Amino acid sequence: MAPHDLRRPFKRAAISDQQKRRDLSLLRQAQNRHDAQQHARHLASTVLSLQSSSSPELDIELECEQESKELDVRHASKLRGAEARRWFAKQLMLPEWIIDVPDRLNLDWYVFARPAGKRCFVVSSNGTTVSRLRNGSILHHFPSALPSGARTRGASGPAPSYCILDCIFHELDQTYYVIDILCWRGYSLYDCTAEFRFFWLNSKLAETGACDSPSQYHRFRFSSVPVYECDQGGLHAAYTGVVPYVKDGLLFYYKHAHYQTGNTPLALVWKDENCSQYVIDTDSKGQVPSQQQVALELQDDGKLSTSDDPPVVFGSLDGDFIQKSGLHLGSLLRFAITEGGLSFVDGKFEKAELHYLGKVNRARAFADSFSKIMFQYMVRHSPLKIDDLLASISSSDDQQNKPYDVEMAG
Amino acid sequence: MAMEITQFLLAAQSADAKVRTEAEANLRQFQEQNLPIFLLSLSVELANSEKPAESRRMAGIVLKNSLDAKDASRKEHLVQQWMAIDIAIKSQIKDLLLRTLGSSVPEARHTSAQVIAKIAAVEIPRKQWPELIGSLLNNMTQIDSPASLKQATLETLGYVCEEISHQDLVQDEVNSVLTAVVQGMNLAEHSPEVRLAATKALYNALDFAQTNFENEMERNYIMKVVCETALSKEADIRQAAFECLVSIASTYYEVLEPYMQTLFELTSNAVKGDEETVSLQAIEFWSSICDEEIELQEYEGSESGDSVPPHSRFIEKAISLLVPMLLETLLKQEEGQDQDDSIWNISMAGGTCLGLVARTVGDAIVPLVMPFVQTNIVKPDWRCREAATYAFGSILEGPTIEQLSPLVRAGLDFLLNAMKDENNQVKDSTAWTLSRIFELLHSPATGFSVISPEKLEQVLAVLLESIRDAPNVAEKVCGAIYYLAQGYEDAGTSSSHLTPYLTNIISRLIETAARTDGSDSKLRSSAYETLNEVIRCSYIPETSHIVAQLLPVIMTKLGETLELQIVSSEDREKQGDLQASLCGVLQVIIQKLSGTDETKPIILQASDHIMILFLKVFACRRSTVHEEAMLAIGALAYACGPEFGKYMSEFYKYLEMGLQNFEEYQVCSITVGVVGDICRALDDKVLPYCDGIMTFLINNLQSTELHRSVKPPIFSCIGDIALAIGEHFEKYVSHAIPMMQGAAEHCAKMDTSDEELMEYANQLKLSIFEAYSGILQGFKNAKSEVMMPYAGHLLQFIELVSRDSPRDESVAKAAIAVMGDLADALGPNTKLLFKDSIFYVQFLGECLQSDDEQLKETAVWAQGMIGRVLVS
Repeated sequence: MAPHDLRRPFKRAAISDQQKRRDLSLLRQAQNRHDAQQHARHLASTVLSLQSSSSPELDIELECEQESKELDVRHASKLRGAEARRWFAKQLMLPEWIIDVPDRLNLDWYVFARPAGKRCFVVSSNGTTVSRLRNGSILHHFPSALPSGARTRGASGPAPSYCILDCIFHELDQTYYVIDILCWRGYSLYDCTAEFRFFWLNSKLAETGACDSPSQYHRFRFSSVPVYECDQGGLHAAYTGVVPYVKDGLLFYYKHAHYQTGNTPLALVWKDENCSQYVIDTDSKGQVPSQQQVALELQDDGKLSTSDDPPVVFGSLDGDFIQKSGLHLGSLLRFAITEGGLSFVDGKFEKAELHYLGKVNRARAFADSFSKIMFQYMVRHSPLKIDDLLASISSSDDQQNKPYDVEMAG
Repeated sequence: MAMEITQFLLAAQSADAKVRTEAEANLRQFQEQNLPIFLLSLSVELANSEKPAESRRMAGIVLKNSLDAKDASRKEHLVQQWMAIDIAIKSQIKDLLLRTLGSSVPEARHTSAQVIAKIAAVEIPRKQWPELIGSLLNNMTQIDSPASLKQATLETLGYVCEEISHQDLVQDEVNSVLTAVVQGMNLAEHSPEVRLAATKALYNALDFAQTNFENEMERNYIMKVVCETALSKEADIRQAAFECLVSIASTYYEVLEPYMQTLFELTSNAVKGDEETVSLQAIEFWSSICDEEIELQEYEGSESGDSVPPHSRFIEKAISLLVPMLLETLLKQEEGQDQDDSIWNISMAGGTCLGLVARTVGDAIVPLVMPFVQTNIVKPDWRCREAATYAFGSILEGPTIEQLSPLVRAGLDFLLNAMKDENNQVKDSTAWTLSRIFELLHSPATGFSVISPEKLEQVLAVLLESIRDAPNVAEKVCGAIYYLAQGYEDAGTSSSHLTPYLTNIISRLIETAARTDGSDSKLRSSAYETLNEVIRCSYIPETSHIVAQLLPVIMTKLGETLELQIVSSEDREKQGDLQASLCGVLQVIIQKLSGTDETKPIILQASDHIMILFLKVFACRRSTVHEEAMLAIGALAYACGPEFGKYMSEFYKYLEMGLQNFEEYQVCSITVGVVGDICRALDDKVLPYCDGIMTFLINNLQSTELHRSVKPPIFSCIGDIALAIGEHFEKYVSHAIPMMQGAAEHCAKMDTSDEELMEYANQLKLSIFEAYSGILQGFKNAKSEVMMPYAGHLLQFIELVSRDSPRDESVAKAAIAVMGDLADALGPNTKLLFKDSIFYVQFLGECLQSDDEQLKETAVWAQGMIGRVLVS
């Protein structure tokens, strides 16, 4: 019950490392917990935010627990030159061509009219926007109103910030039609369903002013496309509805799929004369050749294969021929499918009768996919019609009772 | 009615242990059988002048212990017991105690005063003893009251004021108490004993006197009396008066202006010429003024809507006289004061005050101190050299770098040489000054240091030699190395300047830790703690092999502690301390090396051996788990990842031991944290251990004895477990959620005007949200419907927290995140919940506008999740 002790720390009390160690441990545990939860939420790890925050960097590098795919996303915006081309070449989601109509079209799929034009990735970061074609080469390099897409005063959004959009550039109205979204403001959306990605796309794109008319810091306009549930009404709307662009077939996206790089049956494309200018592939002169032409890749054992993974073998060349014609592993070659056509056994593809035409156009980077070849084949012989698709929907319509008719308009 | 307990009270103090124990048992028995009569008997004993002094004293002690305890929950229990006693008996007890204040036996009076205060502490806030103050004051005003009664009464008043808070008395009572006390200080009327008691009582009554101090007349009067008392003939009364002035300095700083002239003279004379006990208080007065002004200066710096009390600049106005006064005290050192922890003398007080003055006035102090430094640092008398060195060291915090760096640069060589001074205390202060220089003026991480890289070699050569000096000097040198290394923390490539010297530094520190010439283990712990900092701040791309080589060295030493002979509990304690230091070093090494991919394999390779060592350290004791080993294992688990699973069968029992140990709550808390590390390392492989772990965690939450600081870590840990085991968490939901909901409701009721309580409330909220997040995300891909019944309550809690003002950023982040988790995990089922709720739109909106990037990002995500639900 005496007055407070007079003693003050003199020449400082002994160093208390214990408290420091405890505090550092708590900090580490809190950050690890945060990372684990963010991972569960499919969000980029704190590595990104640590880089931008001013808190003292601990000598603890937090491991990015994400798959390497998401590390790629983080670095993709910074890639240059050949490296970038190689990366991008593998990244686009490539729909297969519809050969069979999938089940539950009206429940599990979206449909929308594909704009005609150049398919590309659009990446906005560090104050500029770059669009890259499937072979990785740059289409445009320009300022845009996407986040971090232009050097304007007042950076929009957290740094580092970058967006990656899957687009089709429509020449006629000089517009980038956005058909999918991979990354928004640094958030990876790879592991989100198509349903979520489209929702996100629709709510975010317009916010940024990217859909506005071009201006000084916004060279090309962006636009979303109307996406429908693939029920009767939706399919009809996609097929016949009026849109500001020239259609090039219909795209079907499986609602629950994540963004799949490379060829995937979870995104499908279909066309007929009513929704596309070019149903049957044309040759370099724009003419429809009398025989179907395909592009195949030469493998090391002389086999000719498609661009699928694993590749489908269509035929082979003998060694002499390969040498004489100056061909090598990886060469992309053009063939015509002759009268024998494609043969099937038990519904499965067996072989094709091919006639060698020569090397492909230099701009081509890939062989055809199996589904494309099949689709083109069917178009020439027994095309899948819109009525077939509608019929498939109505038959399963009878079996379910969900009254969806949500139109996700842009 | 009362029992005859005299013989038991006497026996309880017997030298014979058996007699003592038996008597204590008997007393306890009486207490348990009939508490009211027992307490009454004790008070009868205390009041009875015919009983021996020893039994009366013991009666008082037992009474006190029946009313108060250190442990909060035990104290609450005692209070309840007292309240339950029949009011008539309580009345009797209180009467007896008041009467005893008039006893002729001083000890009886003194004890009685203390017991009265204890009862007052319980009853006055509950308005159960309204007559007490009146009765006491009566003792003061009655004409024939003996001095001894007055003295005891004043003492009682003082103790009572100490126990209660100023809300418990009405202003009238406060006025009367103050009047009585101040009157008691009156020289003319009272004996020294009474005046001393009065002055001490005033010290305690000052907290109540806010209103009185706001009134100029009353204030003047009180100050006049105090200042007069400060000139009393009796030293102990002067000391008590100055103690009052110290308290006034901090409590009533805003109104001191008119008195400062007088106070300066009073304190100055006291410092120069009075007895040391009084001088120390006089210096403390100025230190307290400095404390106030430093706090005001910091307050001004931070933005605050609150009104800031005015800064009266007392120190600034006084420095020209104050500083020389303090400098003089620096020359009054005692020999050997650096080696004796119990010493606190005028030179130490003066030096500390000088440091505070420097922090208060900044650059202005430099011209007042430097002449003293320069004159005295070269004098033959060691006292002069030491005083000069200490003075220089004490002004290094406060003035600007621009002022200080030329002085430091000019004096550095001199200081380095002075490490070879013939006098131990000079070296001690020199080493201390060097460590201050490194602490305050050496920060390569921000691009500035008075120590250029070229100087580093010379500095380290001196330090590494002087570390072999006497233990007190060596300890200060450790401090210097500590801060030298710390300057390179986060300094990137600049840290490589230290690399060439690292091996020598480390080996010298290890050598120092092994020294046996210190009287205690302070030097050893300083050496290891410095080692830790050196490792932490080293530039790992260059030093990984050095740190890697250190690992087996420390492991060997830890292994050696297991071979120590343990005969006494003192031996056990020493072993524990040494193990603590070594485990600490291991912890730092593990974290450092597991921080980069290149060096992580080193830890992974050694993890088996490390783990075996830690398990053996745990096995050293039966009942408690070694905290430092546990902490280090957490770091190891994080480094090992899933590989850690192989240790679990052996380690699990220690985990349990730690979790059960809620008496040593720090151990419990650390263990809970390690469970989280293990969950993240093992992921769903932790499942086999979850039953046991969850049982302990829930038990701990239910215990009323658990220190509240452990609750937040437990909730966060529950989230960690849920995230790791996913749907398997289902069986724990019905146990965990009620605890979380209960805690949430507790938060809602907390009075957050108390700053400390507010901080705890925020921690608790954050941890509850983290628990929900972990559970929701864990269930997301399966069984999320299990959580549906609890979604509404959670959303309500989030709403409550969203209204917090001020809002804590971390809590807001966690709240927004868990809101998103609700939508993410429970999906369309939450559509109605969100539709019916209005607050979240605003909450989201506010967070989207935040400057905090992480908060904004999380809000964007949550918005997406909720949006998705709403369109489903």
